[in-house]
Amino acid sequence: MATTKKKQPAAVTWPAEIFKTLKDADIAQVSYVPDAGHTDLIKSCLADNHIKTTRLTTEEEGVALSLGAWLGGDRSALLMQSSGVGNCINMLSIIEETRSPLLMLVTMRGEWGEFNPWQIPMGQGTQKSLEDAGVIVYHVDNPDDLAETIYAASQIAYNTYRAVAVLIGQRIIGFKDWRK
Amino acid sequence: MAAKKKITLNRRDVVSRIVRDRGDMLMVTGLGSTTWDAAAAGDHPNNFYLWGGMGGAAVTGLGLARAQPDRRVIVLTGDGEMLMGIGALATAGVAAPANFTICVIDNQHYGETGMQETHTSHGVDLPGMAAAAGFAETATVWNKKELEATVPLLYETKGPVFVAVKVNTDAVPMILPMRDGTAIRARFRESVLGDRAYD
Ligand SMILES: Cc1ncc(C[n+]2csc(CCOP(=O)(O)OP(=O)(O)O)c2C)c(N)n1
Ligand SMILES: [Mg+2]
Repeated sequence: MATTKKKQPAAVTWPAEIFKTLKDADIAQVSYVPDAGHTDLIKSCLADNHIKTTRLTTEEEGVALSLGAWLGGDRSALLMQSSGVGNCINMLSIIEETRSPLLMLVTMRGEWGEFNPWQIPMGQGTQKSLEDAGVIVYHVDNPDDLAETIYAASQIAYNTYRAVAVLIGQRIIGFKDWRK
Repeated sequence: MAAKKKITLNRRDVVSRIVRDRGDMLMVTGLGSTTWDAAAAGDHPNNFYLWGGMGGAAVTGLGLARAQPDRRVIVLTGDGEMLMGIGALATAGVAAPANFTICVIDNQHYGETGMQETHTSHGVDLPGMAAAAGFAETATVWNKKELEATVPLLYETKGPVFVAVKVNTDAVPMILPMRDGTAIRARFRESVLGDRAYD
């Protein structure tokens, strides 16, 4: 049997592009509950001498932490998986009521090619929940659009004092093949 | 089980005593009673009053402490509010800012909602949990003498510091500070950041 050449996936560059975007947007604090999709970005933030990173126990801490950072003059970004959005809803009220900026970068589960049925309820509700809580939402499915969208989101957040979330589509992250 | 200690401290006396030494300290207050206590002790632009976001006071203070490492940041909150965001003890214990203090006004009840008991009525030891989470210094205050001895801890000891002050459940007058969140935020940022507040 003739060997067919296996298609090489293109090198993944978007996590590095997001990191550069955060630097360009003067992000001084980054807080997170990890998701596999954020692995490289978290590593870059931890390795940066100027970004203060905070590991959270639950995502709503990051909402309040971002408000505190802003009160003290720091711009921040909050990284989480879509299931974490559900943990944030009431805390988002302090952002809206104080008209403070918030930049959330959310890696999606429960959508494109999902295998785990338990991810579907929150994944399918992520965008609606955020919008109902007063957050401006961008959903990105093309890696080429990601850095630019995050930069634009950071500008809306910090120039207009609003909560903005960028949902990084599961199509970008690539779905787990559970048969392997 | 040991007999319950009698609690004599009045929350308003405690908070007045604490803020008397405030200097350029920045204070975040938890929703409800501690926000009213801070107002009763004297409104101040360096007070950030939360009227919502239950469970978020400690981490709001943590973000502020990391942004303003040269200022003391004190979070003044209730036992119920602290318990709702109890994971924040681990988050702050690990982040470990030296300028950070949490002071819980512990009446062992959810005062604001009708004086139902909290877990601290049943032996949950908040300073013990903070110590286990890596707080540098922790204390429980039961009386006036201990309060006097502990005030310098709040301001000067290398943090993170966690203090629970046991207070009684006597009724106190309702004294409300400003409540427009946008105004509270703008006033606070202007006080801390000057012209930079409106960048
Ligand atoms: C998420 C959420 N749950 C419940 C409430 C209702 N609530 C408001 S204040 C409060 C009790 C606060 O108790 P504590 O922090 O101990 O303050 P105290 O009044 O006893 O000083 C509760 C349960 C709320 N505002 N938000
Ligand atoms: Mg209480």
